[in-house]
Amino acid sequence: MKVAVLQFPGTNCEYDTVYAFKKLGAETQVIWHKEESLPSDTDLVVVAGGFSYGDYLRSGAIAKFSPIMKAVKEYANKGGKVLGICNGFQVLTESRLLPGALKRNESLHFISRHHHLKVVSNDNIFLEKLSVDDVINVPIAHHDGNYYIDEESLKELYANKQVLLKYTDAEGNISNPNGSIDSIAGICNKEKNVFGLMPHPERAMEMLLGSDDGVKMLEGFLSA
Amino acid sequence: MTAIVNVSLKNGVLDSQGKAVHHALDSLHFEGIKDVRVGKQIVLKLDTDDHDKARADVTKMCEDLLANTVIEDYDIELIK
Repeated sequence: MKVAVLQFPGTNCEYDTVYAFKKLGAETQVIWHKEESLPSDTDLVVVAGGFSYGDYLRSGAIAKFSPIMKAVKEYANKGGKVLGICNGFQVLTESRLLPGALKRNESLHFISRHHHLKVVSNDNIFLEKLSVDDVINVPIAHHDGNYYIDEESLKELYANKQVLLKYTDAEGNISNPNGSIDSIAGICNKEKNVFGLMPHPERAMEMLLGSDDGVKMLEGFLSA
Repeated sequence: MTAIVNVSLKNGVLDSQGKAVHHALDSLHFEGIKDVRVGKQIVLKLDTDDHDKARADVTKMCEDLLANTVIEDYDIELIK
């Protein structure tokens, strides 16, 4: 299992992501955004979190034109697996690899804390180790995590089981930290090979740091 | 030629910043404000005087980068 972790100027979660996948036994490589191709035997591309290009203009808006993103688009269109975490999710929506967009949090505040999430759909490689309605505890840390999609496309997301995770309380009742439509925290594309979420599974790998619920999420990719 | 691009959230997309500014203006006792929208303005200096070319170029810039048309609208004003 070989994981390529993308690094833009301003990315700051690439080494947490490397730590997480190494812990699971995967080989990892950090790929600088100026690269024009991915390592040929890449099994998973992770667009890591942070503040690519200082979030200038819009979060993820400038990163989508980095040379490596052309390779990532080709990789994804051929069925390659791509995971975008936090700023990576923003980059994937800006690149139109995932539908919708991420707006400023409704409270206008940067939110950084642990949050509970409920599994809505596990009919995909990312969450297959979890069950529907499982409640997990994963850190969130974002300013622009307010997921938006128009009503028609939202219906399609549900119909195709593309809504993966929702923000809840510890009992699994909806608890929306940022104003996301339907409290959505993570989605995938129709083909179920491109995934995006605002919470940070790579920061939930050790009980010492409050939660290891990220293990079950990321492990899904290793069973492929 | 100068192009002034105004980008704002689409109607129907909640503008949290606009709401917060509206609320602040209310608490300062400014009256008669029906709605507040916060957007951004991007000013481009172009080396062409060809109006049609400028509009076509800037429209492409808006579609590709300056606006996210999933949530934002843009308008372009050209000044000689």
